[in-house]
Amino acid sequence: MPAITMKVNGQAVCGDVEGRTLLVEFLRDKLGLTGTHVGCDTSQCGACVVHVDGKAVKSCTTLAIACADSEVTTIEGLAKNGKLHPMQEAFREHHGLQCGFCTPGMIMSAVDLVKRNGKKLDDETIRHELEGNICRCTGYQNIVAAVKAGAANM
Amino acid sequence: MENFNYIRPAKVADAAKAMKKAKDGKFMSGGMTLLPTMKQGLASPSDIIDLSGLKNSGVKVGSKSVTIQAGTIHADVAGSKDLKKAIPGLAKLAGGIGDPHVRHKGTIGGSVANNDPAADYPSACLALGATIHTSDRKLAADKFFTGMFSTALKDTEIVTAVEFPIPKKCGYAKFPNPASLYAMVGVFVAQLADGSVRVAVTGAGAGVFRVPEMEAALSKKFAASSLDGIAVKSKNLNSDMHASAEYRAHLITVMAKRAVDAAK
Repeated sequence: MPAITMKVNGQAVCGDVEGRTLLVEFLRDKLGLTGTHVGCDTSQCGACVVHVDGKAVKSCTTLAIACADSEVTTIEGLAKNGKLHPMQEAFREHHGLQCGFCTPGMIMSAVDLVKRNGKKLDDETIRHELEGNICRCTGYQNIVAAVKAGAANM
Repeated sequence: MENFNYIRPAKVADAAKAMKKAKDGKFMSGGMTLLPTMKQGLASPSDIIDLSGLKNSGVKVGSKSVTIQAGTIHADVAGSKDLKKAIPGLAKLAGGIGDPHVRHKGTIGGSVANNDPAADYPSACLALGATIHTSDRKLAADKFFTGMFSTALKDTEIVTAVEFPIPKKCGYAKFPNPASLYAMVGVFVAQLADGSVRVAVTGAGAGVFRVPEMEAALSKKFAASSLDGIAVKSKNLNSDMHASAEYRAHLITVMAKRAVDAAK
């Protein structure tokens, strides 16, 4: 098994992987970063979204070995010095969740979409950008409100 | 998912060599189709030859054509300011592929080489009369796409770029499957520089195809109303739990009209 190194949430990490080891398996099983969820395993739900070299991707559809020497940010890497990221705070404030399973992916996607589209977002842009994140509880209303508010505070 | 050897070559020639050596190798670009297929056990290649190491990305707009390197991700095609000016319909198509995460990994080369019958890019290639550049030759889109998940590519041949002639105007409209976001029906309409019109349909049949009746009608007058009463027969169209062949046949005309209306 080849050993790979990468930077996860600012920390250099290394581990042995098989060719088939998915990034989400590496994060959860090797590094114990269980905030990244596997919802569907068919690349549709977006619960597993993380940032690889600054781009939001589905970690259940990414090979860990292909991320060797990359920089990865997971939901655990957003809060700084015990303070929630503005997008996390907005999800709490606006109750942008019910069961919370999709929330890590929603927030990672939200942070990415703000980076690309700016802080002032209309509902249509937010809904289009969240097409790859599925929530089974909320009906999305509060998620959209949270993303809008979180964007303004980023 | 079965295990495999993983190789990430830095040169096209090395990728072809690795494929020749592999028992049952597969080229992978973004992996947005291949990995889900492997996870479902529908493919178990002995070797994955990851083409991301080739680092061939970029959109280059010339005076008569636009060349997009095979490794360019959909997000970069959608976001290219030069492309939005030269072929806005193509940039719009790229911005509607899958979702943001798919657009961050999936590439134009991977999409055309895979030739999924519901993929978006093949319709643009066929309607715009694109030329597919490979490691060995250049192929017209009309000759490249040969049927369901099949192309004229040989086993060790790699798509290196896609060259699109700049049209007078073009537009794309798709009716996406709400879960997979693939096209249930997508129609790309282009009025080429010489005034001829091409209409290509994806998602509806075994592979991308042109509609000569619509092309003839739009060549006379490029307006949505020219398509009134023109419908593709449902006989050989796809029928599944999402849409019957008859429904897809109806959608083709509706999407073709929307594509004409959207054409810029």
